[in-house]
Amino acid sequence: MKSSRRKFLKIAGVSALGLGAKPVLDVLAASGEHEETSKPEIMKGKDALIAKRWAMVVDTRKIESEEDLKPMIEACHKIHNVPEFENKNHEIKWIWLEEFKHEFPTQEHEFVDERVKHLPFLTLCNHCQNPACVRVCPTKATFKREDGIVLMDFHRCIGCRFCMAACPYGSRSFNFRDPRPFIKETNPEFPTRTKGVVEKCNFCAERLAVGRMPACVEASNGVLTFGDLDDPESEVRKLLKANYAIRRKPALGAGPSVFYII
Amino acid sequence: MPNKKKIYDKGAVLVGLCIFVIVITFPFWFNFGNAAPAPEPKISDKAKAAKECVMPKEYMKMEHMQLLNEWRDTVVRDAKRIFVSSSGKEFNMSLTNTCLDCHVEKAEFCDKCHNYASVTPYCWECHIDPKETK
Repeated sequence: MKSSRRKFLKIAGVSALGLGAKPVLDVLAASGEHEETSKPEIMKGKDALIAKRWAMVVDTRKIESEEDLKPMIEACHKIHNVPEFENKNHEIKWIWLEEFKHEFPTQEHEFVDERVKHLPFLTLCNHCQNPACVRVCPTKATFKREDGIVLMDFHRCIGCRFCMAACPYGSRSFNFRDPRPFIKETNPEFPTRTKGVVEKCNFCAERLAVGRMPACVEASNGVLTFGDLDDPESEVRKLLKANYAIRRKPALGAGPSVFYII
Repeated sequence: MPNKKKIYDKGAVLVGLCIFVIVITFPFWFNFGNAAPAPEPKISDKAKAAKECVMPKEYMKMEHMQLLNEWRDTVVRDAKRIFVSSSGKEFNMSLTNTCLDCHVEKAEFCDKCHNYASVTPYCWECHIDPKETK
């Protein structure tokens, strides 16, 4: 009697183990099979331009008047569906013009030479190395990409405008109104924004992804140079090596990636 | 002990109960048999000609929203914009430029089911339906 119960329990135990192992084996077998069929893949485009730290150099010596800079602003605002509001309080700007005293307030003095004093300076997001906007964003809608571009995920922006308060360069604009009715000509290839989100220059991330230079650089006739700051052989590095260039509000330590040759 | 519980105003209570049940079930029997037919999204000629989507049809029916979310994140965050389907075909991961390029009629394709299911995705507040802008 005793031995037969013992036997029964043994057999029961082994068969329970066998039953339990079956589903596990099935799962393992299935996962093995799964890898054999080719899974969809996600990757970068073949032509995508890649850098460690994108930067721009503005050669202000080649600028004479606003007329030289307007095509760049137009090119940018047109392809990015930037609206045009009459009311300055609602203004949206990705790239715009500024006087020397506003562009470089810490370098301004009474005796700035005539050319520089009245020269229009092209202004855009500096894509800082140490961006204040990224630190303050509560939803991580603004983030710094591996290649140094400070980008916005409009899907996640809740419109709190902390980034606008944090940015020392005024590079960000808020959509107080639905921008769509104020876009002259819509570019269907790029989304518009919606009421209640912040927006700014994106260093043409969507163009770099297909191997094209930013729109403003293309339209600049050599005024703007775009390249990798980390690569000593790049055009921007060569320009910076040969010419003295300044950045906006350097004492703040944000580390702008836009340089101005005066 | 005899358990004699009595309903006061029995008649009125029962009539009231009947009316209550009828009123509360009104939507059910009023709409009985009138269920709106399931929508048939129209596949555009271009989509038919392409024969394959980025994923199998059944997956797209059930999970296109998850796929779009994934696309959104990888495009914006990781700068990866090319999707290679299991058949090896490459797609640019873009709602307006890829999805709507094939499924030309948003109103006949997307909206039909979305309206039926009473969902209002806010994709179109920013992403452009090329038809609408014309």
